[in-house]
Amino acid sequence: MSSTEPIAGTHVHRDDVGSRMGMWLFLFTELILFGGMFLLYSVYRFQYADEFHLAAKELNTIMGALNTAVLLTSSMTIALSIVAIQRGQKDLSVILQIITIVLALFFLVNKYFEWTAKFHHGIYPGGEELLAKSSGEILFFGLYYVMTGLHGVHVVIGMFLIAVMTRQTRTGTINKDSYVRLENAGLYWHLVDIIWIFLFPLFYLIT
Amino acid sequence: MEKHDYYHEHSHSYAIYILVWLALMALTAITVAVAGMDIGRFTVATALIIASFKAYLVLSIFMHLRSETRTFVVFVIVSLLFLGISFVLLFSDYSFH
Amino acid sequence: MTANEAAIKTNGHEPSYLEYKGKHTGILGWILSTDHKRIGLLYLISLSLFFLVGVTFGFLMRLELIAPGRTIMDAQTYNSFFTLHGVIMIFLFVIPGIPAVFGNFFLPILIGAKDVAFPRINLMSWYLYVIGGLLAVVAILLPGGPTDTGWTFYVPYSIRTNTNVMIALFAAFILGFSSILTGLNFVTTVHRLRAPGMTWFKMPLSIWSLYATAWVQVLATPIIGITLLLVAVERWLGVGIFDPALGGDPVLYQHLFWIYSHPAVYIMILPAMGVVSEIIPVFARRTIFGYKFIAFSSIAIALFGSLVWAHHMFTVGMSDTGQFIFSLLTMLVAIPSAIKVFNWVATLYKGSIDLSTPLLFVLAFIFLFTIGGLTGVMQGVLSIDIQIHDTSFIVAHFHYVMFGGTGFGFFAAMHYWFPKMFGRMYNRKLAKTYFWLLFVGFNFLYFPMFIMGWLGMPRRYYDYLPEFHSYHLISTIGSWILVAGVLLMVYNMYHSVRKGKIVTEKNIWGGETLEWQIETPPIHENFYDIPVIETDPYQYKMNDEKFEKEVIS
Repeated sequence: MSSTEPIAGTHVHRDDVGSRMGMWLFLFTELILFGGMFLLYSVYRFQYADEFHLAAKELNTIMGALNTAVLLTSSMTIALSIVAIQRGQKDLSVILQIITIVLALFFLVNKYFEWTAKFHHGIYPGGEELLAKSSGEILFFGLYYVMTGLHGVHVVIGMFLIAVMTRQTRTGTINKDSYVRLENAGLYWHLVDIIWIFLFPLFYLIT
Repeated sequence: MEKHDYYHEHSHSYAIYILVWLALMALTAITVAVAGMDIGRFTVATALIIASFKAYLVLSIFMHLRSETRTFVVFVIVSLLFLGISFVLLFSDYSFH
Repeated sequence: MTANEAAIKTNGHEPSYLEYKGKHTGILGWILSTDHKRIGLLYLISLSLFFLVGVTFGFLMRLELIAPGRTIMDAQTYNSFFTLHGVIMIFLFVIPGIPAVFGNFFLPILIGAKDVAFPRINLMSWYLYVIGGLLAVVAILLPGGPTDTGWTFYVPYSIRTNTNVMIALFAAFILGFSSILTGLNFVTTVHRLRAPGMTWFKMPLSIWSLYATAWVQVLATPIIGITLLLVAVERWLGVGIFDPALGGDPVLYQHLFWIYSHPAVYIMILPAMGVVSEIIPVFARRTIFGYKFIAFSSIAIALFGSLVWAHHMFTVGMSDTGQFIFSLLTMLVAIPSAIKVFNWVATLYKGSIDLSTPLLFVLAFIFLFTIGGLTGVMQGVLSIDIQIHDTSFIVAHFHYVMFGGTGFGFFAAMHYWFPKMFGRMYNRKLAKTYFWLLFVGFNFLYFPMFIMGWLGMPRRYYDYLPEFHSYHLISTIGSWILVAGVLLMVYNMYHSVRKGKIVTEKNIWGGETLEWQIETPPIHENFYDIPVIETDPYQYKMNDEKFEKEVIS
């Protein structure tokens, strides 16, 4: 079924390729939004290599790796949900989308525990414990909180987006012949995943 | 504009996504293992190379970049170039302090 | 029958976009409209209002500077004024400017489309623009006082000052979002909605400019987004990313700031250059000289413009290597701009010149932009910049390019497309009068700044030594002449929209691009039938030669 021809009987302009193009362009802006912070990270890392190395030891590599695995899996499930809708398997698509949301939630809960454990140790912006550390370590944690925090905000947005898609799939607005919205939501989610793919080694694995 | 037929016909198999997922998990495990080893400066470089490859897999398979027209690929390259150039020129200042 | 059908019955053709009755009527029919033409007008109205606010701040600043010492305000107020003048003019007038008004109105028409790719996102862009603008105004009025950091929000002062920085940052962030959405809309529109037969090299040159601009909007704006967000987070939570007291690097802030803000000036100038490329062929009655050179130079400007940002930072403590590299790259960026100027002048040469107001503004553009551009190249020379950085030389430079360039380009577009947009003509004699007021006033206002900057007059200074007094005096008088011109222009435009002589002919200037082949004003969907494109744009000489052959033989 062509993605650019109008539905029979109506005179609607529809352009799925254009729709995806717009989404990709938006994704570039997100990429560069985080890219700006990666630029900051790289300069400070260059200047404070040892202190970054020291600070990174405070982070829990297992938690980080677990979260990475969770996000990668959620990327798979949303991709599979698109295959399902292409094959007209509506219920399977819905289930896969819901699993994606659940995995995202799991990621956030993990993050919550990670962060609160840090707060408990006084390691938070303005916290005594942190301010007593060296400049490089303060910068490391400043970047850590802002980057993973902003990433977390995007996880929440992504969950919300996918939830909307789930509802629309259930009602049939998204169906075998018209699913570009689900594709676009998927694209957004994959970007969230890609950002974490880079955050993980740069914060957790430089020990 | 016939590329969309290719786009749709070639996305109907579950298998490829599961395979890519397995690859991503394996690459993650390798990254963590390498980080535990003591190879000095190469740890970060290796981690980043592996991360880039993972990102490539997500981009081309999960995000269907390989099934879209070449325009999309050019777009991605242009955006990455913008970031890359900013990075290089930024370091033209900082590497020489 | 519907109101639209009634109009067809009366006039024989569909109602214009101004009279079209869609799902909503009255004021809702405008603020809920997804018609790119109506959105263009919504932008025009809000933009003009913000422009006048910005002009007022500038006018009052010049009043303060007419004599040394305090004249009408204290130093703190002066600091807020130059901040607000900058924020409003840059983020609310020059950056959105031509793309938001004329890009929205004419881009779809020029490529033979009925609207942009994402009409509802287009409307959202406007809402974000208005919200951002209102927030900026609110930042002036709330307790805490208007921001006094300069439009550049340099740290650490922007982290420490108690003025309303957070709101201003938030406003800029929202405006950035508006810009990004417009950018991605235009890129997609140009790729996906060109009429059959309109290949890339049959597009009008203003489309090339708008396309290059749109890419810069998409790629560069997020950098300022994150930078300003980080300053806000810094103020709120004290994270320590830029704060030197916590180990942060203020120069790194400047790098990130200018990685956007330099490409931003190309967002400002490229569309204006596109307008110039549209107007010259029409008023010289010649095919544009060097179409491909001009097209590719638009892309080159966008590309090279991303490589030069640190030339704003030569005096802050960069490494020597960094300075040399950025100075060299700055030289390169002048080349594609110069190529455009050469091609424009070559088009004018031996042309059949019609000195109507649009062309007057364009000629002024070429003159003023050249001065601005050349002084920019001067500033790229390290040894010179050490001397003149942060002086009024810089202020003169950027006003020549942003105001003499983009500003006059905007006025040119206004006077060129006005009849098509409104189906009325403005008072052309009055237009020529205020053109000269604007041009003369502009040069009296800004040229002395080159001289006094060279002699050492710092910028953003509320007071100055007596040796600079005569330059400031001339400059302030220049501002009065300029403002007189602005007021007359606003009057002419406003009055003529409502009571100007009615224009119904499709092609009042004799243009060759698609907007001159449709109704005046355009119908709701622009075209009755989507055109099929077979010729290059701007085919004047060819047509004239063909005409001669047919008549003579």
